[in-house]
Amino acid sequence: MTDEPALLRARGIAKRYGSVVALRSVDLTVEPGEIHALLGANGAGKSTLVKVLAGVIRADAGSIELSGEPIHPRKPADALRSGLATVFQDPALIPDLTIERNLRLTGVEPARVREGLEGMGLGGLDFDAIAKEVPLPILRVLDLARALVHDPQLLMLDEITAALPADLAERVFIAMFERRDRGRSVLFITHRLAEVLRVCTRATILRDGRDVAAIVPGEGGEGRLVEAMLGEVAATAAEASRAEPRIAEERVVVEARDLTSRDYLRGVSLRLRAGEILGLVALEGQGQDRLFDVLAGDRPSDGGELLVGGTPVRPRSPYDAIARGVVLIPSDRAQALLPQRSVRENLASALYNRVGRWFSLLRDEERRVDGVIDRLTIDTRAQRQARRLSGGNQQKLAVGRWLAAGFEALLCFDPTRGIDIHTKDQIYGLLRELSAEGAAILYYTSELAEIPLICDRVLVMYDGRIVHEQDAASADEAMLLGAAHGLQGVGS
Amino acid sequence: MSLDVGPARDTLIGGEPPARRAWMRVMSERPLMVLGAVLVALVLATGAIEPGYLSLRGLRNTLLLAAPLGIMAAGQTLLMLTRGIDLSVAMIGTAAAYVAGNQSPNGAGIAIVLGLVVGCVAGATNGVGVGVFRVNPLIMTLALSGIILGLFTQWAQTFLQGSTSVAPFIRTIGAGSFFDHRIPWNVLIWGAVAIVMIGGLRRTGLGRMLYGVGDNPEAVRLAGVRIWQVLLAAYTISGFFAALGGILLAGQSGAVDLRLAQNFLLPSVAAAVIGGTSIFGGVGTYSGTIFGALILSVLNSMLTFLDAGQAVKQVVYGLIVLALAWLYAAVTRAE
Repeated sequence: MTDEPALLRARGIAKRYGSVVALRSVDLTVEPGEIHALLGANGAGKSTLVKVLAGVIRADAGSIELSGEPIHPRKPADALRSGLATVFQDPALIPDLTIERNLRLTGVEPARVREGLEGMGLGGLDFDAIAKEVPLPILRVLDLARALVHDPQLLMLDEITAALPADLAERVFIAMFERRDRGRSVLFITHRLAEVLRVCTRATILRDGRDVAAIVPGEGGEGRLVEAMLGEVAATAAEASRAEPRIAEERVVVEARDLTSRDYLRGVSLRLRAGEILGLVALEGQGQDRLFDVLAGDRPSDGGELLVGGTPVRPRSPYDAIARGVVLIPSDRAQALLPQRSVRENLASALYNRVGRWFSLLRDEERRVDGVIDRLTIDTRAQRQARRLSGGNQQKLAVGRWLAAGFEALLCFDPTRGIDIHTKDQIYGLLRELSAEGAAILYYTSELAEIPLICDRVLVMYDGRIVHEQDAASADEAMLLGAAHGLQGVGS
Repeated sequence: MSLDVGPARDTLIGGEPPARRAWMRVMSERPLMVLGAVLVALVLATGAIEPGYLSLRGLRNTLLLAAPLGIMAAGQTLLMLTRGIDLSVAMIGTAAAYVAGNQSPNGAGIAIVLGLVVGCVAGATNGVGVGVFRVNPLIMTLALSGIILGLFTQWAQTFLQGSTSVAPFIRTIGAGSFFDHRIPWNVLIWGAVAIVMIGGLRRTGLGRMLYGVGDNPEAVRLAGVRIWQVLLAAYTISGFFAALGGILLAGQSGAVDLRLAQNFLLPSVAAAVIGGTSIFGGVGTYSGTIFGALILSVLNSMLTFLDAGQAVKQVVYGLIVLALAWLYAAVTRAE
């Protein structure tokens, strides 16, 4: 191996966004003619690394060598010229243009893309179709065909299979094998471990912005991969105090029966009871976003039934859901924040969503807002503009505006992402208190360790369905992660 | 942590001289003080050009002009808070005044009410276009402005034929004064508008939602607000104020024609912008707009004394809007 230089050798790649460290220091080596998996939990730094290699963003530190020659990609075109082609997580197409125009825009000959698509069984795709009207899986394959036109030394695929049905995924694998057999290499990012075991020769595992292991997937199987991805998190969570087991009330606040929505939800049924925190675990792109959208009234479902308090409902806007007491804390706290308004106005922002309340201010507004500030211990030093608050305090506003307005069921989408431990702890405590007071809470988290800490029950979602349910207290992370990857019998 | 902006600020605009930085801080923290100072300076400068100006009579003329402008700019302020704008204020004002003039023979009361109804209907049309059909506010209001002009050009020769002079009562509230001819009546009406605007923006749920829609539409939507309702209300109110301003203008000139308010569009935007209302929404107060309208009116008097025509005035207003848009952007960056 020392005689022949590796195809790609990245050393000490580091990248931070403001105070958030995305990559601490990552080494990655890809040999010629291999399919190399890049694995890691959500937020481990996989996509950032790909963007650095592809020239989309510049690393703060580190070096990249291609076949022994140092390269410094400053823009995607540089990377492409050196032989690195990338299919990014989101389709790189302009939604309002036709496929043909999109291809010409990137300087690719449509006829050559057509050839590639024929190889993958999609030769009949209408290139005059507007991109946004073409289904997502087809666009992913189109992106791949476009990248293949450049015949790159290294092809990087960022979660290309996440949106693909099995038959298309199979076609993608065949294309990957073909490249491997011609001595080209593929860097393959996926959350599906079964795919890694099947197609990858080696795997590099990232955790918290570092490469923590390089594994040959065949040796040790899924168990070792899961272990390496989880790392010490598994150990700490096991030691941490678990939530007191409680018995929820029998009253079901929100019930979903066989909800469907396009390809995102393929029949989701769940019961959310008063006084419980129901955890939801899923890898990215398994339909959890859509489930929250449907429950919160942001998108209608295609089929199935939704009941709130026992009454069938079809919310057509967030207002309809909110009027029934079902409220959302969105994944991105910027979506719940009035950045230029004061803390107090932010907390009162859900009080005036009815025209009947437009003509004055609520007489008890001050009392409600004071109550929330006290209860959440919101830092009011910078209260003139909410954008000056820390991320944790902003997250408190997102929760707080519903405390001020009142609710029956709280839908929390990853509410502790990117906030400090102390604030996390406060939010756990608050949610436990609220549920003890009778609130029903649905809690999606990308951090498995949180499940036994605050939830009563946990559901696992995979490919648009609930595939697993158990008591949170006995939830084992390896088991959850296995179920989330669509595997059975992983771990304990 | 967020309060400690010292070092960050230094690195951000490190090259700027300290005086300029201090000035920018005053601009961002005490905008009304700065506006007041500018206003006083302009009044004194105008007085230096024309000594007669610094009298109740001179100032009366400025106020007489400032009131309809300030009232029209009230609607503009509301809409800019929601990230919108109304390019049809001048035309709506003209249309309302035209109807009021036409109906004057039936009595001032009916004339005024019908004029205001025209404003509300036109405003609501804008509101439906922007709020329900999501038409870009610039396009929607520009198009409606064209439509109104076309319709009224036609109607002026058909069923709106007849009276073009306004009832005496409208002339009184538009141009008359009380307290020994010192204070114009229209300033009193402007005062009432100011109380409603300032109080409404601060002390009502709708006021909160106007700021909210402009600051982050997604956040208020997820709070259950139906944004179209807020926009419909805002555009309708703006139409009402445009009509009120137009009717007062008709009272000033005594007669109506289809060019009555045409020079008020740019100044109505300028007054709000001078007053610190952000065209990007979510930031601004009506107190600021009041100062903006006063500053523009004084400037107008000054330009008149300098024998500048309407063309020069429009150039000056345009330059002021551009300069301030740049200045506020600079202040925001400095923050």
